[in-house]
Amino acid sequence: MKAKFAAFVIMLIFWVILSGMFDAFHLTLGVISCLLVAHFSGKMLFEGLRVEVRARQILGMLAYGPWLLWEIVLSSLQVTYIVLHPQMLDKMDPQLIRFKTKLKSTFARVTFSQSITLTPGTITVSVHDDEMTVYALTRSAADSLPGEMEKRIARALEPEQT
Amino acid sequence: MMSQVFLAVALAIVLLIFPCLVRALGGPTVLDRIVGVNMIGTKTTVLLLLIGLIYKDLSMFVDIALAYAFLNFIATIGACKFFRRSKQVHLEDDLVTEEEASA
Amino acid sequence: MNWIVTFLLVGGVFFLAIGTIGLLRLPDFYSRLHAAGKCDTLGVTLLMTAIALYNLHAPSFGSVLVSWKIFAIVFFIFMASPTATHAMTKAAMLVGVEPWQKKKGTRK
Repeated sequence: MKAKFAAFVIMLIFWVILSGMFDAFHLTLGVISCLLVAHFSGKMLFEGLRVEVRARQILGMLAYGPWLLWEIVLSSLQVTYIVLHPQMLDKMDPQLIRFKTKLKSTFARVTFSQSITLTPGTITVSVHDDEMTVYALTRSAADSLPGEMEKRIARALEPEQT
Repeated sequence: MMSQVFLAVALAIVLLIFPCLVRALGGPTVLDRIVGVNMIGTKTTVLLLLIGLIYKDLSMFVDIALAYAFLNFIATIGACKFFRRSKQVHLEDDLVTEEEASA
Repeated sequence: MNWIVTFLLVGGVFFLAIGTIGLLRLPDFYSRLHAAGKCDTLGVTLLMTAIALYNLHAPSFGSVLVSWKIFAIVFFIFMASPTATHAMTKAAMLVGVEPWQKKKGTRK
């Protein structure tokens, strides 16, 4: 019940931002459609978790965001260096690496794989349970995994230390 | 003065679309084409916003840009799913293989 | 204010250009995804931030709402771009596109 209500509130906020109309007709339409969607698929957003835990994860996400943004700037500058280098093939040494992640929850794993894709020199190929396959552009990028990012995500997103 | 800057930026993005088009037309694999089309879509999203600024009707174009971003994402995912299924499409142009088959 | 917006715009176009050059120059599909996924995300973020800031020049209720929508697009692209990159890599792996290698036999 609580999950459905939280989903309803989130969707209503999204509706108001998107429509920008505040007369009775549009607000009524919004409330009706949000109620319907929340009734049928509200559990999807908070699947298997209590609302408080998910709220804490979202707050942790906000704290994690700026650091990720800075990493993306660094990674783009690195790609810039490689792309504009005249003999760029010398600078590259692509390889596939596999490693096991310590993160438990699905949400944290998804965030981790998205972050790997956005940070210097690495993209995620696949995630099976706790085994991740990563394609790295250079040797040093491959060596830097999992490293600091996993710790930061664990601090921000893992529900409880198990 | 600012509208001229926006016009210049919009022109630069239009010019940047052409190299992506080269990649989208020239392969070599089907997935390279998907990347090219995806990048064109991303640039078009920004281009729509810039058009809105230039014609001073941003509140209309921002909705179009939002819908375009959604559609671009869904199209990419759908194309990937499709080509994941069919093994024989994989490398090179199918046109060449068809010619070889008929010859 | 105008200078900040111009600076962000130029930066965004620069990163988009880098992404496009990378798409043309890099040797194989996987490294092209590096250029496409990262530089495009950053470039689009910078450009859209510039547009949202410029839109707040004459703040009114409508323009604040429009800026929120632009940030919603940025947030969505942040979510969608790695996901699309991931989908394309996985499709390439399953279909069997070979990665470019410096030396043979270094693949683990």
